Amino acid sequence: MQSIQLAFSDWLIIALYFGFVLGIGVYLKRFTKNENDFFLAGRKNSSWVAGLAFLSANLGALELLGMTGNTFKYGMYVAHFYWIGAIPAMIFLGLYMMPFYYSSKIKSVPGYLKLRFDEKTRVLNGIAFAVMTLLVSGINLYAMALVLHTFLGWDWNVSMWISAATVAAYVTLSGLLSAIFTEIIQFFLIWFGLFLVSILGIIEIGSVNEIFQRVNELYKTVSYTTLWSSSGDPSLNGMMITWGGIVLGLGFVLSFGYWTTDFLVVQRAFSAKDLRAARMTPILASFFKMAVPFIVILTGLIAIVLANDTKSGFSLMQDGGQVNYDSALPLLIARYYPPGLVGLGVTALLAGFMAGQAGNISAFNTVWTYDIYQSVLNKKASEEHLLWMGRMATIVGILLSVGTAYWAKSFPSIMDYMQAIFSWVNAPLFATMLLGMFVRWITPNAAFWGLLAGMGSSFTLFLAVKFNWIDGAIITMSSVASDQAANFWRAWWAWLICFVVTIALSPFTKRKPDEELVGLVKGLTPAVSSQGIAWYRKPEPYAVISIVVLIILNIYFW
Amino acid sequence: MEQEKKMKPIWYFVGIMLSAMGVVILVSGIVNYADPQVSTTVLSELHPALWWGGIMIVAGLIFLLANRKASVD
Repeated sequence: MQSIQLAFSDWLIIALYFGFVLGIGVYLKRFTKNENDFFLAGRKNSSWVAGLAFLSANLGALELLGMTGNTFKYGMYVAHFYWIGAIPAMIFLGLYMMPFYYSSKIKSVPGYLKLRFDEKTRVLNGIAFAVMTLLVSGINLYAMALVLHTFLGWDWNVSMWISAATVAAYVTLSGLLSAIFTEIIQFFLIWFGLFLVSILGIIEIGSVNEIFQRVNELYKTVSYTTLWSSSGDPSLNGMMITWGGIVLGLGFVLSFGYWTTDFLVVQRAFSAKDLRAARMTPILASFFKMAVPFIVILTGLIAIVLANDTKSGFSLMQDGGQVNYDSALPLLIARYYPPGLVGLGVTALLAGFMAGQAGNISAFNTVWTYDIYQSVLNKKASEEHLLWMGRMATIVGILLSVGTAYWAKSFPSIMDYMQAIFSWVNAPLFATMLLGMFVRWITPNAAFWGLLAGMGSSFTLFLAVKFNWIDGAIITMSSVASDQAANFWRAWWAWLICFVVTIALSPFTKRKPDEELVGLVKGLTPAVSSQGIAWYRKPEPYAVISIVVLIILNIYFW
Repeated sequence: MEQEKKMKPIWYFVGIMLSAMGVVILVSGIVNYADPQVSTTVLSELHPALWWGGIMIVAGLIFLLANRKASVD
């Protein structure tokens, strides 16, 4: 494919973005005076700021490219990632889990494990999270360089080092504060930079109904435009999964595991100025999350229609004889965007990559500093020393990400492990958190061994299927299944194993005294008081509206 | 003693960024309008840079003006 040519105005937009994020880092440095400012953005963000950052931390460019490509591959079932695969978990976090997180004044999710259970569970999760974060950050970096090289012809090393150095500069200067600022900038860039692709696609094809109708004509035996009506039989939908896999694997375990325990996103809620704002954070974010399919799903369906219309002249890229599904979005940008807008589209993707990396690094520096360094290596570190360590961890974390990116370049197949990584770490952790917050007789040792068993079993199941030690159908309970379906089911089994082992071991191991669990476990924590808060400022009404919108969307696209 | 400066809210910076990028896109849209040969993308006859740049400027100015005196405590 010929590279997308950039005009002067496109370069100017890209330069504006780089100048802007670096300028923000320098500007915010003067407001970053202590460790609280660096690691928790001073705990003074409104629910809107924290909410948009909460959403944007997850809305990376890899996700945008991947989900548009996945829609081309699997059809509209990908919308489950944004609706049932996110909204119930976000509401649950805001209403039920945030009071335990926020009120205990912890600085990280592993910090909660230390208070509720013990040091070893905290360190186990801290190390797993740190490794996962660096892997994801490095793979993101590699993917960014690959996209820029493939579509713009940019030098692989130059684009990777410039973006890594920029992220390192502004996160080192002002920590989570600048990460959150750039995430919100990224949110607006993505909407202004990419939603126009959907609008122009609809104009070219005729209407949204026309897009759906033409996709249905192309796929007569497999549904690409519905969410549930074809989920009774995996051979009837593009993702080759049943409703059980969607509900249990994605809707329950993977979704709740990610949105309620992954520190990358939860850290944004910790930066809120009070408990009400922290509880509102994921609930506000849920409305914007539900809107993302109007970019990615719609664009994926537009790409299907155009690629199957010989008169359109549109086709996806081929890599070594295989279709490159992730090329759908960049190729549509090249198709519709004139000079100036191309720069905006490229900047939106760049911002998605860089903000995603900043999010990972700001979460990594916090977990490293508090849950590994202070917890194991230097228990008596002063506040000033921890602030210094946070800055050093940022630089070292970026360098390790760059190293991971070079590793990914040598072994591109590690990209396939991205989704699997979440089911190794987050899925079992959700069982530990759920039991820890809602069952007071769960013991520290049971939690540790349960978590280890869940993580170990998920990893073992992955290897067992990968190297054909066992038949994948045992895990998915179906002879027909996609890689996504296998991920959903593996997450479910990892969660269940952690859940069962933790419960089974608890009666035989020593409990923590109830007085040490006040504020950490339901039943030993005073209920959240909303007295004096007007009804329209409480999180509950917004949670109900969010769930009603979710139900309407699912029924409409049933 | 010099009073410590308060931090501007993120919305103020969003306003600056959208306005600045909007101006660049609008100008490139005007250039394209004057000389349609500059760009031959699909639907270029709709001049998307022209109206999208305008929308970005309006959105940016709303953020900018609404937050020009605001600060974060």
